[in-house]
Amino acid sequence: MGRQLLINDLDKEGIATLPGYKAHGGYVALEKALKMKPEEVVSEVQKSGLRGRGGAGFPTGMKWSFIAKPPGVPRYLVCNADESEPGTFKDRYLMQRKPHVLIEGMIISSFALGANVSYIYIRGEMMYQFHILEKAIQEAYDAGYLGKNILGTGYDLDLYVHCGAGAYICGEETGLIESLEGKRGNPRIKPPFPAVKGVWQCPTVVNNVETLAAVVPIINMTGDEYAKIGIGKSTGTKLISASGHINKPGVYEIELGVPVEEFLYSDQYCGGIRNGKKLKAVVAGGSSVPILPGEKLLKTPKGEPRLMSYESLSEGGFGEGTMLGSGGFIVMDEDTSVVKNLWNFTRFYHHESCGQCSPCREGTGWMEKILHKFLDGHATMADIDLLWDIQSKIDGRTICPLGDAASWPVASAIRHFRSEFEEYVKNGENMRDIQHYYRVNNLQPA
Amino acid sequence: MAEMKPIKFSDEALALSHKIMKRYPEGKQKSAILPVLHLAQAEFGGWLSAPVMDYVASLLSIQPVEVYEVASFYSMYNLKPVGKCVIEVCRTGPCWLMGAEDLVKFIEKKLNIKEGQTTADGMFTLKTVECLASCGTAPMMQIGETYHENLTFEKCSDILDNYKAKGENVSHWRKERITNHSDIKQ
Ligand SMILES: Cc1cc2nc3c(=O)[nH]c(=O)nc-3n(C[C@H](O)[C@H](O)[C@H](O)COP(=O)(O)O)c2cc1C
Ligand code: SF4
Ligand code: FES
Repeated sequence: MGRQLLINDLDKEGIATLPGYKAHGGYVALEKALKMKPEEVVSEVQKSGLRGRGGAGFPTGMKWSFIAKPPGVPRYLVCNADESEPGTFKDRYLMQRKPHVLIEGMIISSFALGANVSYIYIRGEMMYQFHILEKAIQEAYDAGYLGKNILGTGYDLDLYVHCGAGAYICGEETGLIESLEGKRGNPRIKPPFPAVKGVWQCPTVVNNVETLAAVVPIINMTGDEYAKIGIGKSTGTKLISASGHINKPGVYEIELGVPVEEFLYSDQYCGGIRNGKKLKAVVAGGSSVPILPGEKLLKTPKGEPRLMSYESLSEGGFGEGTMLGSGGFIVMDEDTSVVKNLWNFTRFYHHESCGQCSPCREGTGWMEKILHKFLDGHATMADIDLLWDIQSKIDGRTICPLGDAASWPVASAIRHFRSEFEEYVKNGENMRDIQHYYRVNNLQPA
Repeated sequence: MAEMKPIKFSDEALALSHKIMKRYPEGKQKSAILPVLHLAQAEFGGWLSAPVMDYVASLLSIQPVEVYEVASFYSMYNLKPVGKCVIEVCRTGPCWLMGAEDLVKFIEKKLNIKEGQTTADGMFTLKTVECLASCGTAPMMQIGETYHENLTFEKCSDILDNYKAKGENVSHWRKERITNHSDIKQ
């Protein structure tokens, strides 16, 4: 097992409370950071090579360096705890078991950015974790880690939890900002980027839970040391949410660069495919990334073992590779219907489209209907091409990346599993059975 | 017909909503709309009627339409009456792989309702929802604040029987959280 920096001490008694967290090295990084200059904290994060853990993998230090600093205008840090990418459950896991690592990371990061008020935007369904965070924040106030003049340094910070109310699109950072302002979560056209005009038109940084938590070990061990973990530009550790047809689903912290095969089959991690079945396909980074057949997941196009890293997973581009994304690793065994799974994901994107852009609003609905035709046994070969055509006309033509996220699964499923779509066309009568969802969603056959 | 009670938060809920409003900068109290709507749903029988939304608008000093457009956007707000206990079964990819579809069918059969409907005794409403970040313990369902995970038919059946025996109202924002909100920072 590689090094663990975030979920290493979850078995320690009281780790969810402030005394328990402190007994295992908690808030040491904060004391250290507050003795540094904010720029020095930013510089440590830059040196660490940390990349956003929310999905896009954008370098965190660079993002922080973009924040505008007009005089007299407040700046905000907002933690993205909306975690709603299907297949991803690491943030909820971490917040529930070790809320103080997020709070400590947020205080350090707010200090680095010069924010005096920060928010954790947690999805509304996670009401239980909301209250865990509230409690932990109160403990941090009582200990003098939050509020006025933190640890006598003159730095002030208020930290609040804000709850959403059920909408995947509020995970997109500008949708999240709109939602935090008390509106519908419609993503904004960029530019201006949040670093210039974010919440209430003030400079804002939005970072994922895991990203902000990772700032704690970075400050503890220094950015240079953190950068030594992992491989190439994939530095540090990453939480992977493993689900689907495996023996040991759950959240694993890996050093980036572990071979995919080891991750999937070793007993330290997923423990192989359950019920002795064979691997069919994997969606390696949350529902939005391209699906890959097992053999293409395990080996790069050059025939080398693929690694759990940003670069290795995307080797081969969209044709032959995929993405690390949010680290939602969804495994499907040989009995899984890729077409049905795709229908489910496409239904999801249709349901969650905010409706601002026609390609996304209409395209996701059309794709869902066409996929119904397959499942319902009256699709034709031309429908495969039609699906391909629609997805290609969504990709890259929308305000926010939800459009792309809806089209990539379709493109990759057709690319790698075309024969399965054809099978539904030829043998549809025998394969139909999703009348249930058909009915409940009030959908008419296309 | 429901009797005409004046729409007003309990003292505790009112105190809590004022606390929440103070978390946002001067003049930005509209930001409190999502949490205050959750509170309203917990206070007024699990759903948001037009008069309740108007009341929330007046609390936040905004126009009613600003509340309606928000309430209709987010899936957690019920705009129609619901049962005492809303069952929210995750239907997305990973849960589907692990049998969510059969679980929904099982609950439909057990309660003799279809998805979206409420049982005749007003106890249960069945909803399907999108990935609740619990995919490693699929299939799962949420009832109120609680996640019920790694469900089998038997387990699910027992859980529902339990709620029925208790017969209480269950909402996302639990009553005791509202009455005892000392650890909620303003
Ligand atoms: C449709 C959509 C949903 C998203 N959902 C989430 C989410 O639930 N959590 C998250 O951290 N990032 C999510 N993101 C990514 C955010 O927009 C943003 O990139 C991220 O919060 C930045 O944080 P990071 O740099 O720390 O990763 C989503 C993006 C899109 C387009
Ligand atoms: S791409 Fe879809 S979700 Fe994103 S802004 Fe456009 S319509 Fe909304
Ligand atoms: S798919 Fe059901 S919790 Fe994620």
